[in-house]
Amino acid sequence: MSTATITPKRPSTLRGARLPKWAPWAIAAGSVAAGLGISAAAGLHSDIQWALIAAVLHILGTYVIAAKVENRRQAKDRVVTSLVWVAFLLAVVPLASLVWSTVQRGTKVLDVYFLTHSMGVVADSEAGGGIYHAILGTLQQVGLATLIAAPVGVLTAIYLVEYGRGNLARAVTFFVDVMTGIPSIVAGLFILSLMLMFDMQPFGFAGSLALAILMMPVVVRSTEEMLKLVPNELREASLALGVPKWRTILKVVLPTSIGGITTGIMLAVARIAGETAPVLLLVFGSKFINANPFEGAQASLPLYIYQQYGSGEATAYDRAWAASLTLIAFVMILNLVARGIARWKAPSTGR
Amino acid sequence: MDTTQIADAPPPAPAPTPEQKRAARGATRPGDRIFLGLSRGSGILLLVIMAAIAGFLTYRAVLAISKDEGNFLTTFEWNTGVNPPVFGIAVLAYGTIISSIIAMVIAVPIAVAIALFLTHYAPRRLSGPIAYVIDLLAAVPSIVYGLWGALVLVPYMNGLFGWLNDYLGWTGIFSWQNGAPRSMLTVGILLAIMILPIITNVSREVFRQVPQMHEEAALALGATRWEVIRMSVLPFGRSGVISASMLGLGRALGETMAVATVLSPDFLIHTSLLDPGGGTFAQNIASKFSEATEFGRDALIASGLVLFVITLLVNGAARAIIARRKEYSGANA
Repeated sequence: MSTATITPKRPSTLRGARLPKWAPWAIAAGSVAAGLGISAAAGLHSDIQWALIAAVLHILGTYVIAAKVENRRQAKDRVVTSLVWVAFLLAVVPLASLVWSTVQRGTKVLDVYFLTHSMGVVADSEAGGGIYHAILGTLQQVGLATLIAAPVGVLTAIYLVEYGRGNLARAVTFFVDVMTGIPSIVAGLFILSLMLMFDMQPFGFAGSLALAILMMPVVVRSTEEMLKLVPNELREASLALGVPKWRTILKVVLPTSIGGITTGIMLAVARIAGETAPVLLLVFGSKFINANPFEGAQASLPLYIYQQYGSGEATAYDRAWAASLTLIAFVMILNLVARGIARWKAPSTGR
Repeated sequence: MDTTQIADAPPPAPAPTPEQKRAARGATRPGDRIFLGLSRGSGILLLVIMAAIAGFLTYRAVLAISKDEGNFLTTFEWNTGVNPPVFGIAVLAYGTIISSIIAMVIAVPIAVAIALFLTHYAPRRLSGPIAYVIDLLAAVPSIVYGLWGALVLVPYMNGLFGWLNDYLGWTGIFSWQNGAPRSMLTVGILLAIMILPIITNVSREVFRQVPQMHEEAALALGATRWEVIRMSVLPFGRSGVISASMLGLGRALGETMAVATVLSPDFLIHTSLLDPGGGTFAQNIASKFSEATEFGRDALIASGLVLFVITLLVNGAARAIIARRKEYSGANA
């Protein structure tokens, strides 16, 4: 390494010819220009078409030019580089469009009135109305689901990490993995089959139960990861002082990993807050404020979006976009705060 | 403990009974016993829930299927309100599989390319924030994707469909009779966009863990960046990418709202991917549910059971592949 800095810079005779650094950009610019030119000449109107022509020209051009100046291998490398860039740009377009259209169309009717009023006497075709009842329903359903799923999930993770040996632990690990993959609508159908058996009408807590089923495995997995990060020396030090195991877990292991556990639970909450399918089956939706999750149909934000979309009215679309923006904001804030906590409270694994 | 015992010669230690073994682990204190009971109970509760899901769904499904006048697997109809009821899952199974295949064909190569872009191509300063944003996008609720798909993506598909019909219509798969583009292809594309972030995230994690030595060895032999990727990164990451794709597939199979908002369903199998129609398990449940009678709901539960089994198989396969590399499990993604 040190000799390289001493040797004066001069062109190496061992290296073949290289394209200059600006070459990829020049080829890209050239192919975009050619793509635009061709589509203008041929009278094509679609944006996709000139972009497609430009992309194909870019890849072909890169290969031909690089193969001529450098060699085949370098040419292949450059083609893959441009393919990877094209794939990235291709994926950015829809994702950016999703965020952009939600923000742009969502801000149209989103204001304090919208957040503090229900759809009580507002027809779908009328302007006005709001999502207060839906926010209330979502908060209650998700809150109850968290109350059930968080303790069960954390305790299961404690069992797996601190006690778990043998067949039971292996079975639990396996089925937690399997549970992670349950489609949300299947969890909804399960609770529905219970409700059919007892002849019950839709109510908020039924949705909470289905959401809790979806949330448990996520909490278990993330808590497990966090508990495994707690150094064994801490446990041993506590046990060596004669502290019972359960107190060691409560006073040493959990406080050490509480940041990560909180993060995991918040990410799980963010995930179930957007679930629509189980809520559609079990909570049914309502236009009115219903603050009792144990009786009667309730609304929920994702379900509200679906039903407003389903009504097919322009004013309802506006409300659906505004509710989407609210839901995304809620989920994103949870995510950001959770990740903030994770960074702030990260257990120091080293000394 | 008696002090006299110390003076006496210790008696030959008997083989430890199970209770003594447990005592050695310190589980005889009441606090410990309660705590162990609680945590083990939670684990058992999870198992009970899984068993209950399988059990209750099967029970209701059997109730429905026993009255089905058609063949549950091959009937092209869903008439649960009539007497005798005739319903079958042929169209739903076809639609679910086709839309998921389209989604995988589009999403997997692009997701792998983005993962490579983030780990090997993007400037360092860009790749961190981009990865963070993709993480966040994985958390966007599916109903929002559905709304966007129905109101933004669908109108956009007219151009693509026309183009496909003009140049590839002769294949029969891409012919289009100018219906609204609420077809399986649109659903597949939307599903691809939805599962892109999760496949990208898991693949990126795998690619990041490729031993530096492998890459440096390839570089030292004069490999170009593509050759490094082909010789050291992709072989190392193959099983991770496969399991990431399976996780994505599991999502695509069970996705409800995005399909329900975008697709305009019917109960026929269309050879063309561009003509509207068809259906998926989850979409059918969501759209038929509100008008279904109690028997109709049982029939929907029966179709849900099939979906449950399919996703179990897919996820089981993904887990089996992951098993060798535990840390890539996508449960946290």
